[in-house]
Amino acid sequence: MTLWLQFFQFLLSGLTTGSTYALIAIGFSLIHNATGIVNFAQGEFVMLGGMFMVTFLSLLRLPMPLAFFLTVLSVAAIGLLLERGPIRRARSKEILILVMITVGASIFIKGLSMLLWGKNPMTLPPFSGEAPIVFLGAAVMPQSIWTFAITVFVVAGLNYFFKGTVTGKAMRAVAASRRSALLTGIPVDRMILLSFTLSGALGAVAGMILTPITTTSYDVGVMLGLKGFSAAILGGYGSMPGAVVGGLLLGILESLSAGLISSEYKDALAFLVLLTVLFFKPSGILGRGRLRRV
Amino acid sequence: MGKKNKISLLIYALIIFTIPAILQNNYHLMVLNVAALNIVVVIGLNLLMGYAGQISLGHAAFYGLGAYLSAIFTTTYSFPPWTTLVMAMVITGLVAYAIGIPTLKLEGHYLVMATLGFNVIIYIVMIQLDEVTGGPSGFAGIPRLRIAAFAFDSDLKIFYLLWTVSIGVLILSLNLIHSRVGRAMAALSHNEIAARCSGIDTETYKVKIFVISAVLASLAGSLYAHYITFISPGTFSFFYSIQVVTMVLVGGMGSLWGSAFGAILLTLLPEVLHAVKEYNVLIYGLILMIVLIFFPQGLFPGIMGIFAKRKIDGQSGSREPLAWEKGT
Repeated sequence: MTLWLQFFQFLLSGLTTGSTYALIAIGFSLIHNATGIVNFAQGEFVMLGGMFMVTFLSLLRLPMPLAFFLTVLSVAAIGLLLERGPIRRARSKEILILVMITVGASIFIKGLSMLLWGKNPMTLPPFSGEAPIVFLGAAVMPQSIWTFAITVFVVAGLNYFFKGTVTGKAMRAVAASRRSALLTGIPVDRMILLSFTLSGALGAVAGMILTPITTTSYDVGVMLGLKGFSAAILGGYGSMPGAVVGGLLLGILESLSAGLISSEYKDALAFLVLLTVLFFKPSGILGRGRLRRV
Repeated sequence: MGKKNKISLLIYALIIFTIPAILQNNYHLMVLNVAALNIVVVIGLNLLMGYAGQISLGHAAFYGLGAYLSAIFTTTYSFPPWTTLVMAMVITGLVAYAIGIPTLKLEGHYLVMATLGFNVIIYIVMIQLDEVTGGPSGFAGIPRLRIAAFAFDSDLKIFYLLWTVSIGVLILSLNLIHSRVGRAMAALSHNEIAARCSGIDTETYKVKIFVISAVLASLAGSLYAHYITFISPGTFSFFYSIQVVTMVLVGGMGSLWGSAFGAILLTLLPEVLHAVKEYNVLIYGLILMIVLIFFPQGLFPGIMGIFAKRKIDGQSGSREPLAWEKGT
């Protein structure tokens, strides 16, 4: 295989994993914009997405679309419960306390999943066929096309939601200024609830499309969450296009470094990217620098 | 540090050092020794959480760096243990400095993520770099600490060493928070902008506290390596970071005595409950959430607060806190 072809192959696989990072990064951004907190349980949502899909599809033998729908619903419900329960009940509304509550929730979800689903990694059959499609000389798995197509679909849907619907606009208003949003009569509490629910749903989708490629187990959440967060930082924290760009870029970087340098330290790359961005341009590629009000 | 603290310290030390007279079971001593090490890590972390308003989810990595650096320097390069202890502390401090500089300038949760990431990376390196670290099966044959001909080779001997260090760290930290630096730190954690306006170089302070905190974790890690003489990556996983953060929160951010209490309580709790290891993760997640939701100021200060309030109520009646006292 020529170097160019190899490069192209890595690029394609990077785009595949990158698109799931983008979905995770969007989940981080949604909650950050509504509440200002980093939701550590975002990675667990992805893990749960994979786990629920395995349960519905392989154990209960439900048809694919129904299983897909039920998984999104279940994880969205868990997102909703996280907000309704721990986050809302918290006596202190300090950001760092709320962030640590999501850390606790993430550990709790992980522990519970270990008891429910055991420690063995699980996998899903690809959505359609396993025969690779040859594209410009590179082999593409049908699952990669699914992954990419679903991500594009979700991002387009979200874009419409935020720009074209009243609820979406209200959520953007909350992100811009919580107080002004409240003054104009937007039910801020409900928007925050919605942001957690949507993040849960996004995590579910990311988990479902990723599992056939990488398998899943109870402990993948931390790493996926970290990568999604790095992607969000890389693109510009809180920015939706930034999350997509950051996710894809991180996926490509990771795939290239694994293929051309060393696969053992592949997982370390996301962290290096994170630190480098924080060092040189904390606002990320597409993010705007924020002024802090005193 | 005040008369009250000195008396408390004296009583605390007396109680601790009479324990071996009553408790002679080696396993129980070992659990207490681990508790002493946890106290060192937790006090260091509390300086960061309670006085710099920052949370690290990577203290297991600093603890692990101390342990592995000590193990590698003594066993592979045959340096004397006490020297490696200091070398490990210096190196860990430099690493913490490198991480702290970019992240501590930003809002609190960036350090949380960066340290978590660092923890994950160090864990990967411990497993992957098996020619140096022994990989997943661990690193054995670490020499014990000794002073001249006296070797710390039993749980009892090491009990006195570890608890002396642990109490020493508590004394130093109490001194630190009651010094000029400590008052600056308290101001910084209370209101960073106000602190900066009154001439406190908040960024430098935050980085310094982070480095001190990492160095203390490294010290505990080195002592652990020379005590157990065998280390493996599992001990230094992300979960240990969660455990120590939970200990700080249970004891209360900013309360050093609380840290000692939190560390002892949560180290002994699984032993007392005979908890199945499988449930450990679940239980810690639950404790972390419940403490943060209902006692954000910490379980220890929370309980003390209930008693203190009753006393005040009985004496002169309580008053409503003023608006500025509630904070924002």
